Amino acid sequence: MSLATTTNYLTPTGREEPWRFTPLNRLAGLQDQAVELHDRISLEPADIPFGVSITVEDAASFPPLSESEDQVVQRVRESASKVLVISIAKDAEIGTPIILTRKVLEMAAEASRVQINAGLHSRATIVISNAGDGVFAEDIELNLEPGSNLRFITLQEWSTKAVHVARHHAIIAKDATFTSYVVTVGGSLVRLLPTVEYTGPGASAELFGLYFATDGQHLEHRVHVEHGVPGAKSRVNYKGALNGDSARTVWIGDVFIKAAAQGTDTYELNRNLLLSDGARADSVPNLEIETGDIVGAGHASTTGRFDDEQLFYLMSRGIPSEEARRLVIRGFFSEIVSKLALPEVEERIMSRIDNELATVRI
Amino acid sequence: MSTLEIKGLHVSVVTEEGSKEILRGVDLTIKSGEVHAIMGPNGSGKSTLAYSIAGHPKYTITSGSVTLDGADVLAMTVDERAKAGLFLAMQYPVEVPGVSVSNFLRTAVTAIRGEAPKVRTWVGEVKEAMSVLSMDPAFAERNVNEGFSGGEKKRHEILQMELLKPKIAILDETDSGLDVDALRIVSEGVNRVKENQDLGIMLITHYTRILRYIKPDFVHVFAGGRIVEEGGPELATKLEENGYAEYVTA
Ligand SMILES: Nc1ncnc2c1ncn2[C@@H]1O[C@H](COP(=O)(O)OP(=O)(O)OP(=O)(O)O)[C@@H](O)[C@H]1O
Ligand SMILES: [Mg+2]
Repeated sequence: MSLATTTNYLTPTGREEPWRFTPLNRLAGLQDQAVELHDRISLEPADIPFGVSITVEDAASFPPLSESEDQVVQRVRESASKVLVISIAKDAEIGTPIILTRKVLEMAAEASRVQINAGLHSRATIVISNAGDGVFAEDIELNLEPGSNLRFITLQEWSTKAVHVARHHAIIAKDATFTSYVVTVGGSLVRLLPTVEYTGPGASAELFGLYFATDGQHLEHRVHVEHGVPGAKSRVNYKGALNGDSARTVWIGDVFIKAAAQGTDTYELNRNLLLSDGARADSVPNLEIETGDIVGAGHASTTGRFDDEQLFYLMSRGIPSEEARRLVIRGFFSEIVSKLALPEVEERIMSRIDNELATVRI
Repeated sequence: MSTLEIKGLHVSVVTEEGSKEILRGVDLTIKSGEVHAIMGPNGSGKSTLAYSIAGHPKYTITSGSVTLDGADVLAMTVDERAKAGLFLAMQYPVEVPGVSVSNFLRTAVTAIRGEAPKVRTWVGEVKEAMSVLSMDPAFAERNVNEGFSGGEKKRHEILQMELLKPKIAILDETDSGLDVDALRIVSEGVNRVKENQDLGIMLITHYTRILRYIKPDFVHVFAGGRIVEEGGPELATKLEENGYAEYVTA
């Protein structure tokens, strides 16, 4: 374990666009060096299937694959002396999900770097499962080689005190398919940056997200998709619900289509359901297009209250109000949750939401 | 033997200009096995009557009473009314995204019957009920009313009625949007429940077509938020020929 080195990057003040929604005082000092970052790799794999290697490497041999302007990510890169490297072999088809579970180190703030490489024409699903409490700053980079297919699932089932700031950056090559699922249902402050860039035509990214915030939680997701090459596709669909007057969520969807990116096909969607009067969901889709030669580009964002007509309909069939609410919420999230294809996880997440619904009268 | 008794019912809705009275003293008693057709012009308050009995939160009861076998319906929550034996087939059934028909039906039946139906018999029961209403079994896996055609939604309402076995059913324009075959199939479904459960029916309609299948014992003319005339089946024929002009005061 080595201590963080100090460098002279800028500390966010909260006035910068990327930080304007984030309560900096609740970041546990991750952004301003008030806290020492311990470089420790707390992700532990279950069994490692044939065709997959998971090793801890020196950071010097595995420099970052991408640039990041995010101060916390920069700090992680300064602090981490090791990198967890996960490689899927060329042509490997890994049937069972590769699951990595967070082993929480109480008290100490942690900086970790992860690099994932999906080999040529490989297929795999990687699940990162976060639970417990802790303070984490994370830099995850995913490199998808041509023709590969990677499903990447991160579960933020934190307890109430966790602070988690992470960037998941995917670099997608020709004809590779990336599907990510970000599920955030726990933590005090969670700020995730799912970002994507493409390096060849036929590359595709589908980014799904589900978040559920209750009192005292700030859950922020800042999606950024950069179409810099022709013929790539992106789909973004994030759904969130907020229960409790001090529940906060932020969703940013930046999609940039550069002049070179002819034939781009993109659509992004964010829906929020407010279950309490005081809850606040910020939703900012942002599409910037530098070429007219595209297949399609669109976005939609809705934030609404519980639909009383749906509740009335269910109750008029004898279903009690609590159960009717649960059905409507489960229904709202089902389009995302059912895609996980992990029945145990689906049920665990939905019953957590059920329980948290039951604790607050809507 | 059940009796739904509506007495002096006055109902208002909140509008931008304030409270607006829609029902102005409705009196109506429906007993098991009886069919009461309610016919009246658009906007006269028929759906308001139906929703008020079911307990829709939009409507405020300002005076009057509704009882089912003596029990105060207006004091019950919406789900309690259904459990007491009331059923409303809605004019505009609501879509519930992400909730499958099969999950919805099982949850509703469990709530109404007070226990979960036996897995083995339940699947057959639903299949049978769908088949007699000529509903494709694939509907069970679709989301509640989502993307259903108008006629499919109405069949789905009657499917629920068959499974929930109410004492008194209010059918709000269940015949609207049905093709000729569907009208017959849906009417047969209603008659089946009527025979088996001795169901009492309030049948809101604009057309005598459905009354050829579901024979009314009474026909009520509804205008200006109240019942303005009562008669037998012959009244329906007269209405179809003459319209409501004589009942609508300028
Ligand atoms: N929120 C509201 N504001 C103003 N008027 C309302 C409101 N809700 C209902 N009304 C009015 O109440 C009246 C009764 O409506 P209702 O739906 O009960 O009529 P109906 O007899 O069922 O008509 P239809 O035959 O067209 O189905 C209508 O004139 C309607 O416009
Ligand atoms: Mg109506």
